[in-house]
Amino acid sequence: MRHLLRRVGFYLAALWASATINFLIPRLMPGDPVQAYLGRMEGHGSISASALQALRVEFGISDAPLWIQYFQYLGNLLHGNLGVSIPSFKPVTEILAYDLQWTLALVGVATVISFVLGTMLGVIVSWKRGSWLDTIAPPLLTFFSAVPYFWMALGLVYIFGFVLSWLPIGGGFDTLNPDLEIGWNWDYIFSVLQHAFLPALTIVVGSMAGWVLSMRNTMITTLSEDYVLMAQAKGLSEKRVMFAYAARNAILPSITGFAMSLGFVVGGALLTEIVFSYPGIGFDLFNAVLNVDYSLIEGTFLVIAIAMLAANFLADVVYTILDPRVRQERA
Amino acid sequence: MQRDTRESTTSNNGQHNNADLNAPQNVVDAAALGSVEPVLPTTGITVTAEPPKKQRPWPDLLQLFTANPRMTIGFCIVGFFVLMALIGPFIARQSPTHFSNDLFQPPSATHWLGTTQKGEDIFAQLVYGARISLLISFVAATGATMLSIFFGLTAGYFGGVVDDVLSFLTNMFLILPGLPLSVVIASFSPIKGATTIIFVLLVTSWPWGARVLRSQTLSMRQREFVEAARTVGESPWRIIFFEIFPNEIAIVASSFVGTFVYAALTEVALEFLGLGDVTVPTWGVILFWAKAENALEIGGWWLFAPPGLCVAILCAGLTFINFGIDELANPRLRREAKPKTIRARRSAIYPIPTHS
Repeated sequence: MRHLLRRVGFYLAALWASATINFLIPRLMPGDPVQAYLGRMEGHGSISASALQALRVEFGISDAPLWIQYFQYLGNLLHGNLGVSIPSFKPVTEILAYDLQWTLALVGVATVISFVLGTMLGVIVSWKRGSWLDTIAPPLLTFFSAVPYFWMALGLVYIFGFVLSWLPIGGGFDTLNPDLEIGWNWDYIFSVLQHAFLPALTIVVGSMAGWVLSMRNTMITTLSEDYVLMAQAKGLSEKRVMFAYAARNAILPSITGFAMSLGFVVGGALLTEIVFSYPGIGFDLFNAVLNVDYSLIEGTFLVIAIAMLAANFLADVVYTILDPRVRQERA
Repeated sequence: MQRDTRESTTSNNGQHNNADLNAPQNVVDAAALGSVEPVLPTTGITVTAEPPKKQRPWPDLLQLFTANPRMTIGFCIVGFFVLMALIGPFIARQSPTHFSNDLFQPPSATHWLGTTQKGEDIFAQLVYGARISLLISFVAATGATMLSIFFGLTAGYFGGVVDDVLSFLTNMFLILPGLPLSVVIASFSPIKGATTIIFVLLVTSWPWGARVLRSQTLSMRQREFVEAARTVGESPWRIIFFEIFPNEIAIVASSFVGTFVYAALTEVALEFLGLGDVTVPTWGVILFWAKAENALEIGGWWLFAPPGLCVAILCAGLTFINFGIDELANPRLRREAKPKTIRARRSAIYPIPTHS
């Protein structure tokens, strides 16, 4: 219990630190959002002093000393006020809340698929040590994990979108089709799935190698344990020894890894989302950078950071629950 | 002090009872690989230190390269790219920024990898880009490794409040999302280009190594040779960097290679997003222009394939080196490990496998 409380303290401190970094980076750099906004508006006539002042108020810029701004910023955060996005003048929270659904659905599902497939493959590969599968799979997967995510995405866009033109290459659903009704109907769901297929494939192929290799390495250690030999000596079926004896004990690090990787669900598919113009958080960050949209950049970063913290906390808790040794050691 | 170090590594090898590492000519390898393995307490096993052999660094280094097939492949791949960066620009017949009249040509005899929409030669861009990309990743990985050595060893050795503060810093940076943070810093930065990218990579990549080194140093602190040095009255810094550090070379090497992979991938990603200097052709910048000019939608595969493939092969090569280091340091991961014997033993005990 004391251990968990300590961890909670750490995560609160880390949360505060992320918020502070988020506050400091833009303000220590030259330029401010109003100037950036005006820069993009160049050629649209000049702007009056009062309009300028109104914009500054809207963007929450003041000439107050940094520490006063800092407390205002923290106060706004606590009230869930992340400011307004510049091009659309929508509240940042609204944009993020909508786009978060897309990211969670796409990357969440892809991460689960990748974890399940990868771990299974890891078990099989380590069980058949020295077979052709074990010779081919690890190097091939190493190569796939070394391939830049976004480059694989570009390759898929080229092959399936351009050469074969089987699948759509961008967006979350078919926005050009006026008959498509957004909601729980087959056409819409089909369109969403169709658009999600390639990005999901990228994420699964790109991240599976890690699961396979980590599972393989722990399995190899576990397989040399005496209780595995004992189980085999008893004449238990191969499947039983493989899953109930070896894999069950070897999966612990992978489970913790999985809990941690949930944190990457929100921010980890940044580049995949960008390549496929998928309407999620990562694409938001990219657009915000392009538009010099300070509030949206800060907002997306904060959401991603919070997701990471939450997932790591979850991993801590899971680890404490699953491994009694940790509990005792730290009690 | 030298003798102590050698004694401790030799005793490790004795315990692994492994033919490869026990061969006397491999003493230097083993010393270089240090003790990634959690080392069993030496009680009950008496090890007599071998008389220090005359050290011949080069043949041993060669042995290190060829000791493990994966490592050899890895070194060959990385060597190829280093060569490409060094001599490639002399082979390329064009300046990478020269606009020729051949616009958007697929690969041919004159332009080995084709040209861009502006008529730039992709091969020339690729080899010049290799220089910059490798240099940025190398500088970032070196810097990050140095930071992680400093933080990890200091925190692990001193313990107490120092450890609390440094570990908090390390864990906090570890938990911050790396790529989004890089994007945020790079997008707000007033200067675009190599300096910013190196800075961003440094900030986001040092904590991994620091955490591993800290836990290794924690266990190292209890060892007898450290105790001995402390009794003799050596200064803490001397103990950290001359007694403990040499024993952690394997971890440092592996974390350096890992950071290199991270740096290479992230550098290309940041440049692809247009956060680098888009006027200097590097691997990521080639991809940036290809995307900016919609080359894929009009079928220009030669603009995308080469740079991405280079990064992928380079990183796979580096990862192979890391596997090699792991396998040398942790004999259990090696090919001739136990499951085979289990199967052999099983068939001896239980000859008819009817279940499968």
